Amino acid sequence: MEILVASAVGLMTAVGIYLILRLRSFPVIVGLALLSYACNAFIFASGRIVTGLPPILSKTAAGYTDPLPQALVLTAIVISFGMTAVIVMMALGAFLESGDDRIDLAEDDK
Amino acid sequence: MNHWIIVPVVLPAIMGAFTLLVLRTTLDLARVFSTAATLALLAVSVMLLHDATVNGPEVYFLGDWPAPFGIVLVLDRLSALMVALTAFLALAVQLYAIGTGWDRKGRHFHALWQFQLMGVCGAFLTGDAFNLFVFFEVLLIASYGLMIHGGGRDRLKAGVQYVAYNLLGSTLFLFALATIYSVTGTLNMADLAVKLPDLPEGDFALMRAAGVMLLMVFAIKGALVPLHFWLPATYAEAPGPVAALFAVMTKVGAYAVIRCYTLFFPEDLPATGLLFADLLLPAALITLFVGAFGVMGARNLGRVAAFAAITSMGTLFTAVAQFTPEATAAALYYAVHSTLAGGALFLIADLVVSRRGTGSLTEALPPLPQNGLIASFFMASAIATAGMPPLSGFLGKLLILDATRGPDMALVWGAILVSSFLVILGLSRTGSTLFWKSQATPGDLPAHPAQPLAFVATGGLLAALALWTVAAGPATAWLEETALMLHTPDAYIAANKLGGE
Repeated sequence: MEILVASAVGLMTAVGIYLILRLRSFPVIVGLALLSYACNAFIFASGRIVTGLPPILSKTAAGYTDPLPQALVLTAIVISFGMTAVIVMMALGAFLESGDDRIDLAEDDK
Repeated sequence: MNHWIIVPVVLPAIMGAFTLLVLRTTLDLARVFSTAATLALLAVSVMLLHDATVNGPEVYFLGDWPAPFGIVLVLDRLSALMVALTAFLALAVQLYAIGTGWDRKGRHFHALWQFQLMGVCGAFLTGDAFNLFVFFEVLLIASYGLMIHGGGRDRLKAGVQYVAYNLLGSTLFLFALATIYSVTGTLNMADLAVKLPDLPEGDFALMRAAGVMLLMVFAIKGALVPLHFWLPATYAEAPGPVAALFAVMTKVGAYAVIRCYTLFFPEDLPATGLLFADLLLPAALITLFVGAFGVMGARNLGRVAAFAAITSMGTLFTAVAQFTPEATAAALYYAVHSTLAGGALFLIADLVVSRRGTGSLTEALPPLPQNGLIASFFMASAIATAGMPPLSGFLGKLLILDATRGPDMALVWGAILVSSFLVILGLSRTGSTLFWKSQATPGDLPAHPAQPLAFVATGGLLAALALWTVAAGPATAWLEETALMLHTPDAYIAANKLGGE
């Protein structure tokens, strides 16, 4: 399972970085979303990957999974979700104002 | 427990929500309440500064959960100083925004302003690495709104770049924090400082990777080369008062480097050693020159001010990268100076652009309305920014030069002195285009209202610079003690009561 999680994180990060380097804002936003997915999976894995163990106190439990990364990842998901919404709105505003969704600035503004 | 410690976070949070919900239609009331809140923030932060000086580090346990299980806020001299600096700058710039009417050019200016202050103060006060991430996000999301305040094509485009760059930074921050947590099992900064020296050797590589990722995040915030690309367009396109407030946002990056890399990644840590200083110093020296060449080459006043901000971050990080108490004290003196000077320069740039109609430096236009006063303000802030006597920029750079004696002395002194010279040249050229060439240009610019409040606010920042120069003696003595406490953080760690009690 470690291999699966690690390669998923690696693949999403690679694709995310490739998309961020594109010149139009739509692929950049998709790339940022992919990066945040990779990041969330990574945070989960930081508490060590175990199967079938409870995160909270239980009399019958053989062991525990670390509950803190789950709290951290929840915060991270909420924040990245909100941020993605903000950048979508701003990119839309920039697209409507300028007529194209290029990520670079106009030639007369450098 | 001293409950005043949480006030710099809670007060702007409540006031931001109140302004948004109750005062959204009445700008005059929003102005009164928001200014009163910033004034109260300044008063509380001065009181906290006094507390921190007298009592040493104090910890606020949120929800009374003991550290390292709960989140803590830590008030020490450094965080109190930065909060007071933020409050003062915010008050002056807010008065400017009211005086020039910037706050009526878009909606929710004052609410966003308060949320911005909440994020900045929280980032300075927190003693928990994940909480630092959360406050970074709070200050960023407010800054996204402020950055595109007033709208317009170029501003929105620059805003999208700014947001994309910072989202990338946030992702990197999370990767770094998750790595640190997976190795140490804690994210409380004091607890990290206790646990990291006993790290097993097998985890050294992971911890180095995490430390460098964290450094990159703070370098993005502090606009350190090669991660500075977001700054020029953002600062040049942001509304003038917002760019002036952003002068303290780059300092958040510098603060985080000073805090984290003296507290839990010090140079005598076996896992990382001199790694961070070796990375930071070359980057800072290149930053100096990128900024200086930018000031020389910019064809637009906003960009001149933005690149001047990059140079000042280069100077600041050069001192920070020494990681000695003397250099840290010099860096803190310079940080306060460059926040005030950077803020003043952006406000003056805005005064010029609003009267001239353009920030372009490639064409000479007739003299500005209120030309003499703006020209003398520009002169004073240029002297401060370039680091010429008699203002505090000179003293700050002198302290930094004095603190960087050592094997790298020739390189560091050369870089700081040559880049200062380039900045002087660039700013003189800017000033002569704006204020001297204009005298020989026939015609008149359209009349412009005098806006006394805007001039008072800008003058207030310059007066604070003069005061910081006059008070340099006691200030440096205080800062030296602050730096000494940063480099021997026993009191900071003890205040967290990690073992219980």
